[in-house]
Amino acid sequence: MWQQHLAILPILIPLFTALLQLLPWGDRPQPKRRAIGLAASILTLVASAFLLIEVNSQEMLVYLLGNWEAPFGIVLMVDKLSAMMMLLTAILALPVLVYGCYSEDNLGSHFHALFQFQIMGIMGAFATGDLFNLFVFFEVLLISSYALLMHGGGKFRVRATLHYVLLNLLGSALFLIAIGTLYGVTGTLNMADMAVKIQALSGDQAMLAKAGALMLLIVFGLKAALLPLHFWLPQAYSTTSGVVAALFAIMTKVGVYSIIRVYTLIFGADANELALVAHDWLWVMGLLTMLAGALGILAARDLRLMVAYLVVISVGTILTAYSLFSTQTTGAALFYLVHSTFVTGALFLLADVMAFERGKTASRIVSGKQMANHSTYAVMFLVAAVAVIGLPPLSGFVSKLMILESASASGHNFWLWGAIIGATFIMLVAVTRAGSKMIWHTLSGNPSEQSAPLGKRAALASLLLLSLIMTVFAHPIQQYTQSVAEQLERTEDYPNWVLKAPEVSDE
Amino acid sequence: METLYSVTVGILTACSVFLILRGRSFPVVVGITMLSYAVNLFLFSTGRLTIDGAPILGTSDSYADPLPQALVLTAIVIGFAMTAYSIILAVRTRGEVGTDEVSDSNSEDNR
Repeated sequence: MWQQHLAILPILIPLFTALLQLLPWGDRPQPKRRAIGLAASILTLVASAFLLIEVNSQEMLVYLLGNWEAPFGIVLMVDKLSAMMMLLTAILALPVLVYGCYSEDNLGSHFHALFQFQIMGIMGAFATGDLFNLFVFFEVLLISSYALLMHGGGKFRVRATLHYVLLNLLGSALFLIAIGTLYGVTGTLNMADMAVKIQALSGDQAMLAKAGALMLLIVFGLKAALLPLHFWLPQAYSTTSGVVAALFAIMTKVGVYSIIRVYTLIFGADANELALVAHDWLWVMGLLTMLAGALGILAARDLRLMVAYLVVISVGTILTAYSLFSTQTTGAALFYLVHSTFVTGALFLLADVMAFERGKTASRIVSGKQMANHSTYAVMFLVAAVAVIGLPPLSGFVSKLMILESASASGHNFWLWGAIIGATFIMLVAVTRAGSKMIWHTLSGNPSEQSAPLGKRAALASLLLLSLIMTVFAHPIQQYTQSVAEQLERTEDYPNWVLKAPEVSDE
Repeated sequence: METLYSVTVGILTACSVFLILRGRSFPVVVGITMLSYAVNLFLFSTGRLTIDGAPILGTSDSYADPLPQALVLTAIVIGFAMTAYSIILAVRTRGEVGTDEVSDSNSEDNR
């Protein structure tokens, strides 16, 4: 009975939770809001896990909103990729929220409601099968991110937020122009239906659609922080609070997801004149993004800024691997995507607790006071560094190895291997330098008296543990990402699934 | 009609791009507002321009495509809210940072 509504649950649960949290809850509202938020996050996690299991057995869940037939109404289309991304979001959100519940949420108003709206927007963007609906969910997640980025206030944050808001408003305008162009040419907004219509285009119409397609690439590239549109990211992520930055580890992945979705399903290999319209761009831009990120981490003098550039490198790696457009590389890139989301999220939280305990030197990469939980953070930093750089034995190594190995079959060895191994080396240098400066070279004198709460450390540790779990269960996860990539390639099946989707019945 | 329409959209877009490239947040906000007008007009035209056509079947000889009108409504609502938010933010930045400049060459956050 309820299973047929499973696809929309990860959107509805955060929505109603946020509305519930906005109610006035008496004199001390925060404990109640926290309890509601945590319960809802667990519920979202359970729903997403069920969704993944269901999709794994049924290939595809299509949910007709309001029971309107497919190309006319809006559909939710949850395939294996969407289900994976939704589960990833839910898993990341839980420890981040636990971390936030330790008084981070008191820094500004309505943290919990904004957090849930953010989750709702992200889930919606992953689930929707309609291009305009994707825009709407982008706006939902952006509007909450504007407010979350400001969380805690302060001069630098306000300024970074203004830049972020203006840039994204421009992105939204471009998104609308691109959607308008594509709608004008194809007469549909449903992604699966558009994929069919695009195949029939030729001549002038195809050129118009190409303009729309490449404008979409600019919009998604902006969200994903692809060079040359990545300049907003380091400033925004390094000035905001740690808990928000950790949640935003998934935000660039929304852009990456949209690129993979649109340029595989709509402008994929079957699109005749518009086949693989973006892949050459992605290949070059992805490689340059890796380079820009590598230069950034070398230049960074603040740990949070460095982690922000690590996010840029991870985006470059995923998109370069994806641009090779083979099943194996896409599968490997998706594995890397999951890994990098967890590890960069954990690193943002780690930088935050370290900055708190170091006091005046904060997260700057200089020698400072000994921290109250010095050895704990030393171990955590080591684990996170090994994972993010890609040294054996953690998940970073496994995923990079998968990408390198799968790329060797496609004949693009030289540049991809050079870029990934080069970036890895630079990451090794920069992260090691940061770690030795901040952890080994401590000033003499008493250790800091400020100690982060145990719950924060536990939340952080659980995110790092996920990297370990990904290493131990690398095989089943890799099998799943491969099956995702295989399903993505069968674009001809999508119109059948979506356009012939059965209505939801009362039975 | 088509020529006039496209020239209007084009001029609006060109002016907004000029304003967005300015170095102060006030012209940028005005430029973004203008761009959203241009985008709304453009979206409206994607359903083809028709005269005397209601977006309902069977009420007139010709009918207009209702979908772009719905899209424009959504875009107007979102764009309006976002413009209001960015104005508030620009005012706050002016208050906290003390300058309206968008570039950060003269600020101290070169960390």
